Amino acid sequence: MPQSFLADLIEIVLLTIRVTGVALAAATLLGVPGGAMMAFSRFPGRRLLVAVIFTGMGLPPVVVGLVVYLVLSRSGPLGSLGWLFTPAAMTVAQTVIALPLVIGLTLTGLEAVDPQLRLQLRALGADRRQESWALLGEARSAVIAAVVAGFGGIVSEVGAAMLVGGNIEGQTRVLSTAIILGTRMGEYSLALALGGILLALAFLVNIMFIRLQHRPPWWPGR
Amino acid sequence: MSTPLYELRQVEVSYEGRRILEVGQLAVQQGETLVVVGPNGAGKSTLLRLLNFLEPPTGGTLLFRGEPAPHPAPLELRRRVTTVFQRPALLNRTVWDNVGYGLRVRGGAPGEPLRELLRQLALEGLVDARAGSLSGGEAQRVALARALAVQPEVLLLDEPTANLDPYNLSVVEGMIQQLRAEGSCTLVVVTHNVFQARRLADRVAMLHGGRLIEAAAAAAFFETPRDPRAAAFVRGELVA
Amino acid sequence: MLKASRLLLLFLAVVLVLAGCAPPEPAVLRLATTTSTADSGLLEIILPSFEEAFNARVDVVAVGTGQAIELGQNGDADVILVHARAREDEFVAAGYGLARSDVMYNDFIVVGPHADPAGIQGLATAAEAFAAIAAAEAPFASRGDDSGTHTKELSIWTAAGLEPSPGQGWYLSLGQGMGETLQLANESGAYTLADRGTFLAQRDNLPDLMILFGGDSIAENPDAKLYNPYGVIPVNPELHLGIQAELARQFVEWLTSVETQEQIGSYGVDRFGQPLFYADSEPYRLAHP
Repeated sequence: MPQSFLADLIEIVLLTIRVTGVALAAATLLGVPGGAMMAFSRFPGRRLLVAVIFTGMGLPPVVVGLVVYLVLSRSGPLGSLGWLFTPAAMTVAQTVIALPLVIGLTLTGLEAVDPQLRLQLRALGADRRQESWALLGEARSAVIAAVVAGFGGIVSEVGAAMLVGGNIEGQTRVLSTAIILGTRMGEYSLALALGGILLALAFLVNIMFIRLQHRPPWWPGR
Repeated sequence: MSTPLYELRQVEVSYEGRRILEVGQLAVQQGETLVVVGPNGAGKSTLLRLLNFLEPPTGGTLLFRGEPAPHPAPLELRRRVTTVFQRPALLNRTVWDNVGYGLRVRGGAPGEPLRELLRQLALEGLVDARAGSLSGGEAQRVALARALAVQPEVLLLDEPTANLDPYNLSVVEGMIQQLRAEGSCTLVVVTHNVFQARRLADRVAMLHGGRLIEAAAAAAFFETPRDPRAAAFVRGELVA
Repeated sequence: MLKASRLLLLFLAVVLVLAGCAPPEPAVLRLATTTSTADSGLLEIILPSFEEAFNARVDVVAVGTGQAIELGQNGDADVILVHARAREDEFVAAGYGLARSDVMYNDFIVVGPHADPAGIQGLATAAEAFAAIAAAEAPFASRGDDSGTHTKELSIWTAAGLEPSPGQGWYLSLGQGMGETLQLANESGAYTLADRGTFLAQRDNLPDLMILFGGDSIAENPDAKLYNPYGVIPVNPELHLGIQAELARQFVEWLTSVETQEQIGSYGVDRFGQPLFYADSEPYRLAHP
């Protein structure tokens, strides 16, 4: 019994890392450049878009889950993908939840950088890309905080994970949904233990991010 | 008379209907030091941005080496000119990384020539210092080193010593004088300090209320200014 | 200087690669069922023999009754197994399901605090027990979530000629699953209607509750109205793409087969000393008249 329990537990932890890891990577790769673009350009409707993003930061995750479910359902527009009740659907939902956080906080972090610096960098002959990289480097702390916020918003999220993942044993059961199952079945000590593991995981990841914030970054502004 | 490096003809810059800068006719010769003077808000910084090809005039023509400057200006053109601003805008990195920035952006590698430049500006002891730990004067010298590192054809300086103590002021002005003597660089210096203007200028242009009101060789400007406001400035009066 | 960021990039790359490498899968049958069914532990015991026999994997999605039926309607499940007869019949009548088959039934019990303030122990029917609870205004925890259990609870109130509402104070409508409802009843000394399986499974965590109506085993339940029949319905493949119709058909056949039924009828004896379910499929009834 304990042997297979440990195996199950490892499976759940690995799946949690996989789903949240991919979602966070996607949200970062889309969100940081997205936030940078919004910080550095002016276009009609920009204010409206910023308002939408800020609203998105406060979206109830379970609502995101519901919408993703409706989209990925076989009776929905993207049902043919067959992603519902697989880790792919959970990754999609988590990416959608994290994305506004990453964009919004990257945007505000960059806007806080001295505008005089932008002018100076251009006067020094930086092209668009070099200028953006240098400014991102200046706002590095804020950008990493944006990713941390995205991570925090999804690693312990359970409503959307349940809805689009289904908490299927061996397939889509992650730490947060396993905890809910434990509480539902009255197995509080198990639920607490799983909660402890989830917290430890989050703690380790956040330590890594904090070290990134304070170490000198590499210089891609070449 | 060879083609001027810059020529401004009927140049205008307006934002949202307000005229910020109006220059009927101004030429900058290669290798000379042009000092631009005038009260605050007179449009001097706007003029420098035009010369650095950071923004286009909203009216008129800006010629560089006889050709109209396109906008957006090609990178190759922009990179021939650089600016040192009144407040040094440094990156949150070491002095070495900061002074090498312009070089790296152009694909170059910071090396011994850069070290020599730092020595000339009394910065060799601060090579590994972080920008945030520098005093105002040190930071401004770093900004100057950074600009000189790219060996620009044109160096623009916007009130470069306005916030500096006498020591740092003398180091910066000393470097400017050295550049004038070498003659390889065209300099445009904005200042509100008439004494500094006298020390540095080959030619002087005065802006007032966004308009160019007088432009002449230094001797002519300081001895026989035509515009009464220029005359007041030369006498050391505050011109509003 | 580069280590932390390189490490992070490496980590990201590994995660992304792992995400892309899924092993080749057997056929997958998606079964939508209720949380109480899943929590009873029955499926874990019987499903492996189906999975082996048909080289399939059964993904069990355990949700509330309403959601399970919704999943069937949307085609997001291939087959549903629920216990809400009226809604099952509607499901088939509306064309969402092909046909309903009997599978098994378990029973409900009324649990409550040892002190039994409403004095329901020893009464003859569930309706009488409910009437006594209402009369005593003793706290009653209702699932309140349109589940099979909730539907049964409401039908008992109706049989007792009552219509309790949350405004009355003693009637608590929770909108939660069976486990959570039992937990609340345990904490607040309330009565509740529960399926025997979930109660037995969680009994150790519910020290302040005992069975006050329904007997100690399904055989001893005095009120046949508390029997809870399950139906299995394959989802209509013509309404949606991707339904595993053949596998669903095989599943229904297997679930109602005598061999599986006998397994169902003996489930629980090891864990609880009594079976939790009565086998009730047509093939089983024919074999055991």
